Amino acid sequence: MEEKVLTKQFDLKNLHKIDVYLEQKGYSAVRKALQMKPKDILEEVKKANLRGRGGAGFPAGIKWGFVPKDVDKPKYLCVNADEGEPGTFKDRYIMSHNPHLLLEGIIITSFCVGIYTAFIYIRGEYEAIALRLEQAIAEAYKEGFLGKNILDSGVDLDVFVHRGAGAYICGEETALLESLEGKRGYPRLKPPFPASIGLFQCPTVINNVETISNIPHIILNGAEWFLKRGLPKDGGTRIFGVSGMVKKPGIYELPMGTNLRDIIFKHAGGMKEGKELKAVIPGGMSAPVLKADEIDISMDFDSLVAAESMLGSAAIIVIDQETSMLDVLKLVTKFYSHESCGQCTPCRIGNSWINKITKRIAAGEGQRGDLDNIERLASNILGKTLCPLGDAAAMPILSLVRKFRQELESHIKIE
Amino acid sequence: MSPEFSNQTRKKIEEILSRYPQKEAAILPILHLAQREFGSISEEEEKLVAGILGIKPIKVREVVSFYTMFNREPVGKYHIQVCSNLSCTIMGGENLIDYLTEKLGIRSGETTPDKRFTLTTVECLGACEQAPCMMINFEFYGDLDREKIDEILDKLE
Repeated sequence: MEEKVLTKQFDLKNLHKIDVYLEQKGYSAVRKALQMKPKDILEEVKKANLRGRGGAGFPAGIKWGFVPKDVDKPKYLCVNADEGEPGTFKDRYIMSHNPHLLLEGIIITSFCVGIYTAFIYIRGEYEAIALRLEQAIAEAYKEGFLGKNILDSGVDLDVFVHRGAGAYICGEETALLESLEGKRGYPRLKPPFPASIGLFQCPTVINNVETISNIPHIILNGAEWFLKRGLPKDGGTRIFGVSGMVKKPGIYELPMGTNLRDIIFKHAGGMKEGKELKAVIPGGMSAPVLKADEIDISMDFDSLVAAESMLGSAAIIVIDQETSMLDVLKLVTKFYSHESCGQCTPCRIGNSWINKITKRIAAGEGQRGDLDNIERLASNILGKTLCPLGDAAAMPILSLVRKFRQELESHIKIE
Repeated sequence: MSPEFSNQTRKKIEEILSRYPQKEAAILPILHLAQREFGSISEEEEKLVAGILGIKPIKVREVVSFYTMFNREPVGKYHIQVCSNLSCTIMGGENLIDYLTEKLGIRSGETTPDKRFTLTTVECLGACEQAPCMMINFEFYGDLDREKIDEILDKLE
């Protein structure tokens, strides 16, 4: 069943404006949710097996369930719109085309968890999108969907847009919190988890834009309906962002578990004229690379883990035969050595050295043992850092060196 | 002379401060406003923002120096930021950076002597479906080639 959920109405003109959105029965999920008991909403979201669309795939309902019920502190919702994972651009589409869907999700999530203040942390470069969100928020206040006593329900909620300023690490949830508090984006040691001690030391829910945008549909149509659009353990559709050497790069909303080969060759039109497939990065730059003969795979969290890769942000980067894998390695290592926040030594020093060695190979001055050294350095980052950035760097680097060793070695001339 | 925010911006800052239970949380939004008003954030602007937030200027420096979008040196009227990440490079982005370098006579990180253009290579801009892409100030441009770059630059004032 290839039915779109989140992007279904994207072609509709001015969908981002509230009058058009309301004509499409917009905000009916909020109306329905406000009549429900918060615990029933939570139950429905749990049953829907909605897994986090930011990258980690953690079930949203379980995350909300971790928030303590009886605390005398305020609770916060932070929507992660940092979208910094290279290859990823899906949340930009949701926010620019359908900002009110996201707001509906925010209102329902906040009502369910007992939150009165929500922040949308959006990457700084998306200035125009931040503006669009602010306009949508202003419209929602005017129509009584935000602010005090929403639709006479007695529920209050304020939503604010908070722009980042260019730091990949702030997509990591605890770095995002630090950044929102006005500090450098240094990830925190966990535990405590944000659900108990998060923003301003208060219980906090952090979810990705696409995750939150699924909530209104789950409320309107039920968990069972949602599960049918995906897999039993991994409900709903997924917005796949395809870029690289394909005929039709763009976003494709398809059932969770769609075959990767089909996404590339059927939906995205296949390779550009005269180009041949060499490799695919299936889930944003942090995901280990797949070789051309490894792409007959179901695009869901568990299948990709089994293939020693990662669904991540479902950003598919298609690499052709003419692209040098040394260039790919160079760009991957450049990115992570630039974006390492510097807190943990293995990540800060390791990535910097891997980058230096890779640049040396690219300059034609590679030495015997360089690839072994890269493998050794990357293995020493793996699992030895506070936050997942360390693994996010080490995993793709290791996969490139192991799967394309012969090609990489051909750049090292040993006298 | 020390910089001062305009009355309009000061009002905006008041509104921003009211959003957060802790003043310091307003630092990124205020720095964005400062950069828009003054072009870049040097020591003077750091002091100004520190004063508003009631924190030491070094605290502002800590933040400014962490985030790549804050210009600590003045930039040209048009700040061209070209993506040098993977999808853009696969689609020929590297050649475009070379082309801009040649066309403007400046390398990444430099500003033309007439202060019209600053060229910077950046990491992923989140517009990979339009690779190769760039931003000029906050405007996005995608599916670039040499001709398109010529056209875009010709149209700038």
